[in-house]
Amino acid sequence: MRDINEYGQYSEAWCPGCGNFDILKALKQTLAELDIAPYQAAIVSGIGQAAKVPHYITANGFNGLHGRALSSAQAIKIINPELTVIATSGDGCTYGEGGNHFLAAIRRNVDMVALVHDNQVYGLTKGQASPTTKEGQITKAQPFGVTNAPFNPVEVAIAMRANFVARSFSGNVPHLVETLKAAIAHPGFALVDVFQPCVSFNKVNTFGWYKKRCYELGEDYDSTNWNAAIQKANELDEQIPIGVLYTNNRPAYGGHLAKKLVYPIGTGEVDSAAFESVVKKYS
Amino acid sequence: MPTLDRTIIIAGAAGQGLVTVGELLSKILTRAGYEIFATQHYMSRIRGGHNSFRLRISDLPRYASADNYDILFAFDQDATTLHSDMLHEGGTIILSDKLDAVHKQCVRIPFDKLSSNPRYENIVALGVLCSLLGLERALPEQLLSERFASKGEEIVQENIAVLTSAYEWSVAHSDKCSQLPKMYAHPERILVNGNNSIALGAMAAGVKFCAFYPMTPGSSVAQTLINHSEEMGVVVEQVEDEIAAINMALGASYAGAASLVPTSGGGFALMTEAISLAGVMEQPVVIVLAQRPGPATGLPTRTEQGDLLFSMFGGHGEFPRIVLAPSTIEECFEMGHRAVSFAERYQTPVILLTDQFLADALQSLETYDLHSLGQVHRPDYSDTEPASYQRYALTPDGISPRRIPGIGKTTVLADSHAHNERGNITEDKALRNSMVKKMLLKESSIRKDVIPPRYYGNSKPDKLLICWGSSEGAVREAAESRIEHGENVAVLCFSQVYPLDVTQFIHYLENAKERVCIEGNAFGQFAWLLKGLTCIPIEKNISRYDGRPLTAGYIVHKMYEE
Repeated sequence: MRDINEYGQYSEAWCPGCGNFDILKALKQTLAELDIAPYQAAIVSGIGQAAKVPHYITANGFNGLHGRALSSAQAIKIINPELTVIATSGDGCTYGEGGNHFLAAIRRNVDMVALVHDNQVYGLTKGQASPTTKEGQITKAQPFGVTNAPFNPVEVAIAMRANFVARSFSGNVPHLVETLKAAIAHPGFALVDVFQPCVSFNKVNTFGWYKKRCYELGEDYDSTNWNAAIQKANELDEQIPIGVLYTNNRPAYGGHLAKKLVYPIGTGEVDSAAFESVVKKYS
Repeated sequence: MPTLDRTIIIAGAAGQGLVTVGELLSKILTRAGYEIFATQHYMSRIRGGHNSFRLRISDLPRYASADNYDILFAFDQDATTLHSDMLHEGGTIILSDKLDAVHKQCVRIPFDKLSSNPRYENIVALGVLCSLLGLERALPEQLLSERFASKGEEIVQENIAVLTSAYEWSVAHSDKCSQLPKMYAHPERILVNGNNSIALGAMAAGVKFCAFYPMTPGSSVAQTLINHSEEMGVVVEQVEDEIAAINMALGASYAGAASLVPTSGGGFALMTEAISLAGVMEQPVVIVLAQRPGPATGLPTRTEQGDLLFSMFGGHGEFPRIVLAPSTIEECFEMGHRAVSFAERYQTPVILLTDQFLADALQSLETYDLHSLGQVHRPDYSDTEPASYQRYALTPDGISPRRIPGIGKTTVLADSHAHNERGNITEDKALRNSMVKKMLLKESSIRKDVIPPRYYGNSKPDKLLICWGSSEGAVREAAESRIEHGENVAVLCFSQVYPLDVTQFIHYLENAKERVCIEGNAFGQFAWLLKGLTCIPIEKNISRYDGRPLTAGYIVHKMYEE
């Protein structure tokens, strides 16, 4: 257990009451409880309000482009497997702009965590529908109601047999901390989709709305049961289960890589004898 | 000028194995000591269509395709009609005895008699060509033994038996080609294409990560890295799209690995947002942009130099970048190395601009001289005072200390926004200005390191031929032929196209009576750039944009066309 103050104190530019505060708090607490020092973690994000997390924590940070956090995060982990890599971004970033990378990341199965702040709306651009906004919900940009069917990230991840799929709620910090700890401990790609109220632009999915619906999965729930997981992923109306919905044990990315790699990759010198033997193959 | 310049075109449908024959023959000739330059012309399909492999055999290095051929090896009837007009007076067509002879000087091969198995048609072709050119039989035998060793002794012997029967038949039945003069054999020489050469140069400079989405003609850079990834300790990842490729490369670069992404114009278009990211984040990355004719899908397997201005300006906002354009296959190696070296030193994107012609062309080379390559800059691996480390510290040359996350106790924050020295988001106008000035300082540092263009010829020419990148071979050859005719022609060739240092070359432009810019594009993109930078007129543009590479004959013809 480390002192949580090691991860710094910053003045955040989020709206009062935003769910991001609790997610940031849970992230710091998770790292502290797992004894991961700031220099041992890499926090990676795209663009959006959630994506500002690397600026509000003392750790290695890579705040890149909208939708591309998972691409950069996977590569960071491949180059330096010693780092605890957490991509932390919003639902628009991860499932909208980054949808293709989300699917590819599940398939590639790099040992990292995707922590998605899922508030079912675009906050930074002031309230348009996101991929997870419910059908029919009225926004400023969708005045006649959202006509697209919502994307169910945990169902998709389970359908693709991702290694670790969980759902949590920012209003339940202890639950989020436990979920994140389990996600970091589990080898391979871990998705933690976190419900979070956007107090400025989402008047439907409020703190109270989530509070009323979210219930924790029981001790007896078997996360290796794929059929049960698909069923739980679709409980989205009056009762919404939170917890680890699905786990799989496909080997994490990296087993196929060359044996002679020096980690972090790139820190070693060029092997000139090997190079000369490579060039000889062209004679 | 070379005393030997023998040209062969091997043509037929895709899938008939003509590339195999061409590559094997090129390798044999390289080992026998000849200078080889071979280009590949293919259509965007796997089987059928019409492809050709064009080979120049010389005693001095050649860097361009020929205009005419001494031997046409026709794998099908189309090849005889499509390429007959490219044959020299007295040239020979070699074809199957089942095809119609369309030329008085034909060698008609009884493929059925020389091998009962049609799979060995390639080997028959190789045997006949080696015999006609006067190459010792031991050379193709040795190569086939090596090539098929992994398939077992029986396969090796079958191939050699077919080769022998074809070779002997040719000795007995044909004397229609003059044999090549003997050369000193050079077993140490290598045969590589442009993309092999770029990848090898990049590996020599320490590239350790490559992400790519397959796109002709860029993919073979990644394939070369894959082929040697085990020995050289390189991670190569085929990814979901080009956006992922470059964003992964930037992640890898941040984590400490020199990174490279190969692509073509369409893929580069998808990468442009992340090129701006590399600029503001100050993350080294090399993008190999192997040009093909566009726009959009264009002519996917042909060549053009149409992405010059796009490579310089692709991306939003202002940030330093470097664009290199190697002119020969040997220079592809140096530029592959230089691109990595520049990227690491200046912490900014470097674009290596090649094209299908250079990517797929094969050349015989002396093996690379590793000792001639400079040291590659390395990140700051120190860990002193981790708490006060600032990724974007303001420095006199604009280059900040780049530490690597996970090495020691330093934390590193890299950011896509306007940021302060630590890397945190800011909208402070003074800080924004400081960071822009830092970029300008870095740009000035880069400008001091520009690779000067090469100049060949009289210092006061009547005509100055200006070119960049892969056009150099054809342009120099065109100039040589005009100089032989007593004309006063000089050549100016650029291997770095951005940024440019005008003081390095403005006097060449001023001292010429007429300036002619020769490019593989329709708009005269480099001429436009030079005019803008120097305010000196370019009197004539010679353009080629039919997807075929520039040749000396094409250039000379256009020089005097009104």
